[in-house]
Amino acid sequence: MELIWLIPAFPVVGFVVLVLFGRLLGKPAAGWFASAMVAGSFATTLVVFLDLLSTQSAQRVFEQKLYTWMPAGSFTATFGLMADPLSIMMCLFVTGIATLIHIYSIGYMRDDENFSKFFIYLNLFVASMLLLVLGNNLLLTFLGWEGVGLCSFLLIGFWHTDLANSSAAKKAFVANRIGDFGFMVGIFLVWVTVGSINYADIRAYAPNLAAGTATAMALLFFLGATGKSAQLPLYTWLPDAMAGPTPVSALMHAATMVTAGVYLMVRLNPILHEAGWANDVIAWVGVATALVAATIAVAQNDIKKVLAYSTVSQLGYMFLAVGTHNYVAAMFHMVTHAFFKALLFLGSGSVIVGMAHEQDMRRYGNLRKYMPITAGTFIIGWLAIAGVPPLSGFWSKDEILAGAFNAGPAGPVLWLLGLITALLTAFYMTRQVIMTFYGDEKWREDAHAEAHAGADEAAEAGDEATGAPVATAVAAVDHAHDDHHGLTPDHEPVESPWTMTFPLVVLAGFSIVAGVLNLPFSDKLERLGNWLHPVIIGEHHMPNAPVLFGLASGAITTSIVGILIGYAVYEKRKADPSKIELSVLARGWFIDESYSKFMGGPGRAFYQGVADFDSKIVDGVVNGVGKGSLGIGRLIRPAQSGIIRTYALGFGVGAVLLLVFVVTRMSL
Amino acid sequence: MLELTETWYLVLASLIFTIGAVGLLVRRNPLVMFMCVELMLNATTLTFVTFSKALNDVGGQASVFFVLVVAAAEVVVGLGIIVAILRRQDNADADDLSLMRG
Repeated sequence: MELIWLIPAFPVVGFVVLVLFGRLLGKPAAGWFASAMVAGSFATTLVVFLDLLSTQSAQRVFEQKLYTWMPAGSFTATFGLMADPLSIMMCLFVTGIATLIHIYSIGYMRDDENFSKFFIYLNLFVASMLLLVLGNNLLLTFLGWEGVGLCSFLLIGFWHTDLANSSAAKKAFVANRIGDFGFMVGIFLVWVTVGSINYADIRAYAPNLAAGTATAMALLFFLGATGKSAQLPLYTWLPDAMAGPTPVSALMHAATMVTAGVYLMVRLNPILHEAGWANDVIAWVGVATALVAATIAVAQNDIKKVLAYSTVSQLGYMFLAVGTHNYVAAMFHMVTHAFFKALLFLGSGSVIVGMAHEQDMRRYGNLRKYMPITAGTFIIGWLAIAGVPPLSGFWSKDEILAGAFNAGPAGPVLWLLGLITALLTAFYMTRQVIMTFYGDEKWREDAHAEAHAGADEAAEAGDEATGAPVATAVAAVDHAHDDHHGLTPDHEPVESPWTMTFPLVVLAGFSIVAGVLNLPFSDKLERLGNWLHPVIIGEHHMPNAPVLFGLASGAITTSIVGILIGYAVYEKRKADPSKIELSVLARGWFIDESYSKFMGGPGRAFYQGVADFDSKIVDGVVNGVGKGSLGIGRLIRPAQSGIIRTYALGFGVGAVLLLVFVVTRMSL
Repeated sequence: MLELTETWYLVLASLIFTIGAVGLLVRRNPLVMFMCVELMLNATTLTFVTFSKALNDVGGQASVFFVLVVAAAEVVVGLGIIVAILRRQDNADADDLSLMRG
């Protein structure tokens, strides 16, 4: 267990070596080196995990203090790592999935000129994420939190020569900053009340917290989590973050980084336990995000945008679980979601590469014939997220919904909203699979004019919103223009290389079987629940067996109904899709646009006022002092004539005056 | 016989000091001005010695040593500057050297 420092050390080494020698290693050696470092980290995690497994359940905490980071009076922050069931579980799936995605990236980025730079960022990301998870105090977690935010910014804007990409990166950074503000104030509050920022101390102190203080803390940390984990009202950066390379979307914006908010909430469950109505806020924000994002996903045409909104929606489920004290379900869904969402994203990346970087699903179709491995694994991902038993998504989602049903008087309402979300999820994923892998080969039709019309629409949408996004929209149009010229009617899609399909197959395997982590049939089968038991304060009661069974059959029925509706609409053409894909949904309920409008209108005026105050009043005082000194200097300048004899006369007169003064004083 | 009291010394010192001070103000040759400064210094030194004798206090004579040392150091620097100035420009007088005018 003393090895835990190696877990983040491997990717740090990878980062440093690649910064220094990345170009020298070249393609694809730099990628293999980076992958090996992350794999080393995964292997170390496995060793620590087995070590932890062999100790008594109650003693599964190991802290390693590397050095004192910031000693400042009574405040100290140690640079210490903590291995406990929660952190090691996070490490396991973070490093595992990161290894697969590193390998995938070797294939995906094979034609990119900044190949080694990509792996520098990726290794830095893994190191930050592991620090976030393993840190034994809030400040170290915050360091990792900011590190992953930085990597997210760098990787969204990886192709930064395109204006749309770099503004998406900025948007992600700004949205996260709002959340970070909450996180920081939360840390201050914990320090003032608890007197320590170590998780162990917080946990010991938590029962003594006043309800009001605990509520404030929970809400502040939740604000941080809404930024990082893309919840209402800060979720708008995540769909835009799809501008980055697809492996980045899979690793950071689906599987790992965005779950940091959920991790933080679960880590702080002793505080949430005392936090009263803050939990209701979390649950309602979670379920509202899940529902809103699912409705938006129904009308998206970009293959990655669908998955992005789907991610926001699934993260909403996790917060619903956190808000109903169902932490095990939250972590369970985090893991299963990481598997199938990473799978879906990597699958979409494979499709995008195969289709000459076209991302519009309206120009796909019948791809299962050309890309059998991608199609097969994507379909497994689809069934998993739709909640079809016995695939993993069913078990975790059902546990969240069943837990929500049992959560106080509002429980059934939360459950119902969650169920509607599940229906929508099944529907939009069916739509995506049919549009991509079934039906006619639509890129063979003369879709040129149509696609241009779509691009113009987007430009108009940007125009209407505010001044600011216009440039973005225009850039996006240019981009789309370039891209779909790559996709000509005589294009022949081909399956991706093995470095890309191998991770797909592995992830598909996990997406099928990950449900066995936590089966509800007996106490013994609830492995994840037992594993996490020492970390979590308080008991969560699931509904009893008959109710549970009823809820589960309801969930299964919902998934199947959703899939059937999708099948009827998109395969059998029983209804006009445009009746479902309303433009209000396609444009995300205008949430993003109203932010832009507000920030571009009253918001901008306010910031202009602040800027004016700074430039006129604050700068005015500073400049005034400078100007005043200059004026006085100019006034008394002639005294310095440079003629020595004048100075000598001055001395003389002065000496005489002094003499007179002294003499007269003495005579008095 | 005229007795040589302290007054004589003090009168002599003030005369020398006055000559130095007036010379400093009226002459323009840097070298002469420098010599005038030396005169003033030596006048002061003479006063120190006189009072030392009159008050029977050795402190005054100790001060003289300090003044001598400082004067020696000052002469080295001062003469160096003057030589440098005269090398740059022959017949330079003090009023020409007003580079530091504000």
